[in-house]
Amino acid sequence: MRVGDQLPARTFRVTRADLVRYAGASGDFNPIHWSDRIARSVGLPGVIAHGMYTMALAGQAVAEWAGDPAAVVDYGVRFTRPVPVPDDDTGTEVVVSGAVRKLTEEGYAQVDLTVACHGEKVLGQARALVRVPRQDPVRKGEG
Amino acid sequence: MPLDASFVGRTYPPTAAYEVGREKIRELADAIGALDPVHRDRDAAWAMGHPDVVAPSTFPVIISLDASQRVVIPDLGVDFARVVHGEQRFRYTRPVYAGDRLRCVCVVEDITSRGGHDFLTIRTELATEDGTPVVTAWSKLVIRGED
Repeated sequence: MRVGDQLPARTFRVTRADLVRYAGASGDFNPIHWSDRIARSVGLPGVIAHGMYTMALAGQAVAEWAGDPAAVVDYGVRFTRPVPVPDDDTGTEVVVSGAVRKLTEEGYAQVDLTVACHGEKVLGQARALVRVPRQDPVRKGEG
Repeated sequence: MPLDASFVGRTYPPTAAYEVGREKIRELADAIGALDPVHRDRDAAWAMGHPDVVAPSTFPVIISLDASQRVVIPDLGVDFARVVHGEQRFRYTRPVYAGDRLRCVCVVEDITSRGGHDFLTIRTELATEDGTPVVTAWSKLVIRGED
């Protein structure tokens, strides 16, 4: 793992059914994630994805790249833009990419993520700290 | 009326323990497309050196936001319908495992007001019943002003 290493870009398809399932699994039943009527009444274009769902998808991309979900020791995002999810069979797409920005003294890789929908960033300052596998020691000053 | 900044620093008593269930982990893993067997198969988790199945990294929000919603939001008199999630962060001491019984201590870490909206940062310390720290969650909530 080196500074500049790229996460392979991942595209996640998000449909209304996914939001319903996430609502049930997470316990977040805010109606802006399932009712167009209520979403529009609070000024949204329609139903939007749970911010935590988008965060979870991006976290999933990091976990798969790291090869070990338990390697993610710190993970934070800012929810900057909603992800509207139309009521059809195709839904929308969330695209996650990222790169290793830094290797810390403690043996962690800082991964900065770019998470976009229709080419616009939906998460800001999305950053994860990932434990570098022991068999792949930190090589400072490379990359 | 802006949120009273004198709430900053307020710490709430630990919540009742939440027991992390294997099937709850599997349910969330399914919902977010987390296919790694460490989320659903105890043998696979053991093989990776874990005591039980491992929760996905965002799992603790289920516990921490529920705690905030029950103990902090009513105390501050916030209308939850006006709340939007602004930021979220997790810092792990160790992963969350099935079988963990976790208590939350919520702390009002920051309150600011800008452009008619309030910004409330809640830090939630999740620890086992014997007090061993597991994960710290920060939620920044935006409380939208009344137009």
